[in-house]
Amino acid sequence: MRHLLSAGDLTRDEAVLVLDTAAQMAATQAREIKKLPTLRGRTVVNLFFEDSTRTRISFETAAKRLSADVINFSAKGSSVSKGESLKDTALTLQAMGADAVVIRHHASGAPHTLAHAGWTHGAVVNAGDGMHQHPTQALLDAFTLRRHLVGDGGRADVTGRDLAGAHVAIVGDVLHSRVARSNVQLLHTLGARVTLVAPPTLVPVGAGTWTADVSYDLDETLATGPDAVMMLRVQRERMSSAGGGYFPSPLEYTRAYGLDGRRLAVLPEHAVVLHPGPMNRGLEISADAADSPRAVIVEQVANGVAVRMAVLYLLLAGGDQRPGADAEDMEARTGVRTDGTRVHA
Amino acid sequence: MSTTYLLRGVAPLGGDRTDVRVEDGVVTALGADATADGATVVDGDGLVLLPGLVDLHTHLREPGREDAETVASGTRAAAAGGFTAVHAMANTSPVQDTAGVVEQVWRLGRDAGWAEVRPVGAVTVGLAGERLAELQAMARSAAAVRVFSDDGKCVDDPVLMRRALEYVKAFDGVIAQHAQEPRLTEGAQMHEGVVSAELGLTGWPAVAEEAIIARDVLLAEHVGSRLHVCHLSTAGSVEIVRWAKARGIAVTAEVTPHHLVLTDESARGYDPRFKVNPPLRTAEDVEAVRAGLEDGTIDVVATDHAPHTREDKDCEWAAAAFGMTGLETALSVVQATMVDTGRLTWADVARVLSHTPAAIGRVAGQGRPVAVGEPANLTLVDPSARRTVVPERQATASVNSPFAGTELPGAVVATFLRGRPTVLDGVLVDAGAGVGA
Repeated sequence: MRHLLSAGDLTRDEAVLVLDTAAQMAATQAREIKKLPTLRGRTVVNLFFEDSTRTRISFETAAKRLSADVINFSAKGSSVSKGESLKDTALTLQAMGADAVVIRHHASGAPHTLAHAGWTHGAVVNAGDGMHQHPTQALLDAFTLRRHLVGDGGRADVTGRDLAGAHVAIVGDVLHSRVARSNVQLLHTLGARVTLVAPPTLVPVGAGTWTADVSYDLDETLATGPDAVMMLRVQRERMSSAGGGYFPSPLEYTRAYGLDGRRLAVLPEHAVVLHPGPMNRGLEISADAADSPRAVIVEQVANGVAVRMAVLYLLLAGGDQRPGADAEDMEARTGVRTDGTRVHA
Repeated sequence: MSTTYLLRGVAPLGGDRTDVRVEDGVVTALGADATADGATVVDGDGLVLLPGLVDLHTHLREPGREDAETVASGTRAAAAGGFTAVHAMANTSPVQDTAGVVEQVWRLGRDAGWAEVRPVGAVTVGLAGERLAELQAMARSAAAVRVFSDDGKCVDDPVLMRRALEYVKAFDGVIAQHAQEPRLTEGAQMHEGVVSAELGLTGWPAVAEEAIIARDVLLAEHVGSRLHVCHLSTAGSVEIVRWAKARGIAVTAEVTPHHLVLTDESARGYDPRFKVNPPLRTAEDVEAVRAGLEDGTIDVVATDHAPHTREDKDCEWAAAAFGMTGLETALSVVQATMVDTGRLTWADVARVLSHTPAAIGRVAGQGRPVAVGEPANLTLVDPSARRTVVPERQATASVNSPFAGTELPGAVVATFLRGRPTVLDGVLVDAGAGVGA
């Protein structure tokens, strides 16, 4: 793995390796001293062309916990807002010696271009590009799902396991969602079955070839007893009173596709509720659902740091990617045993 | 340099070999009558002789974007590609919407001397789609405009389109429509389908093109005008034009070389060289436009040569400009997709790349048969040549070719513009300013 651009680029074994590595990282995060020396002296640039405080902070925390130097480069207030091109920004970062560039961009494919145009030699991590991909979100979702659906909420060892047999419903604005695209690919790779639920206006033309079923009826889908329901953020500006709106009103959307207490009660006992955040409470998810014990939304945020630590670690320090060898390699580099005990601080 | 040439052993339209004598801008003798007396002999053994190619759809960018192309550099590219006439699209800056601007472009072409430049007039003032430009003034100017187009933008207002179709009948003009329903293509980046869904790029539905073509052929029928459809790209568009022709509607249609060969799969690497308007479609659409060209539903191949500066293409997909160069690869792409596959003869190539575009544009002296007494606008092609496209070595000032690094069949060996070689032995021949006209 040289870059992480798309969830579709990951093989089953690579994805499981990231999840296993993330589990090791998570174990270190329960300790008093959370910082590992792994990436000391390496520079990670957070290049954010789009506002996203959550994702940026998550990557920043991940990089800092690995002792990397972190540079936050926000398009606002920088030369980018003065018209500097992606190319010149990338060349500048390259000249400053960035070992990894974490990029969030409003244009689909911008991370791909950054990785392949020869503008930078560092590893490129896609932190969300347009309507295309958000692979670390899918990885943290898979990590969370594995912990609950396979690992009994953290009580069982899930090392090496995937999500075979799990059924996940992804509900909401699939058309504009990079989270949905990444999850459809990664969940399929990990052996899960995916049902996309949305009004037809929010399902892309061409989604018929995806490795997912499509349903226009949330209640029907919930009645099949999915193991997890992932609610997508619906942007209010997608709704419009004039022609061209994707749905007639927020109320109608909520009635048909919102997750509330009633719908939550239909789910099997073990099922969990996910949301990539930030939530529109009262639109796609009610407070009852968001704050219920089944909701693992806050845990997703914590897992995000562990998964991003794993990704940065594997890209910048994980030369040998055989899962077995990697655990030893990681022990040597991080000073942390994969069973969670500390070798030295 | 001598003004008399003998093209020895050439095959007009790919037929029997003969000799062709060119004197003072005119074909003066064929066969045994064609002597070498005082002539520069061009050994054309095994080469196909075509009437000089005529492009109905070229962006020369001057005035306004001389950093991407000039009339001089664009017409050099035209000559290198075997063209002797090009129609210069109206989306310049200032727009070609007045007699003054079209005459300027026409004069620049005449002075450069590489190819006949026929400016296209804008249909609406500033391409704004609000009110008709002074079409008659452009038609009566020295540039003698006959083709009008807001290319790059669609004349989407049905009333305005109707008026334009009617109005140009007064001077035998034609409206060349860029068929793109604007509301259906807001923010659109590529063909809407499987690939756009995966890449997360806003889709450009086929229906946005087809709906306008369907409306326009019905308007043309209603007012009894002729209509030309620019760069149609979908199977549905071919069907609609086929239906309209069967109904007797005076519609003509063009396809670009790139839509004959490239598909939306090219977008997968997010390389903006493949970003173009209309977008590259699916393999089924490519087959449909080939079939349409083969059966005559599509009348002409037009390049939509659209040069752009490096900075307009060296960026993320969404920020990149639409368009690709094409003058120097068009004939090769047509050979590869239509001739080498047995779907068109060289006589058909002469029809779709010379006779018919000249007829649609009402360009006298171009697209004529290879016959005694005809103007010597000629193109000599070596179909057996193979070449790898290197954009940096092309005559166009821009490098945004989708065929960079691709090996294509066929090479232009010579181009004659009114008897003067603009290309000889595959090399551009400078004549100095002012000689061409």
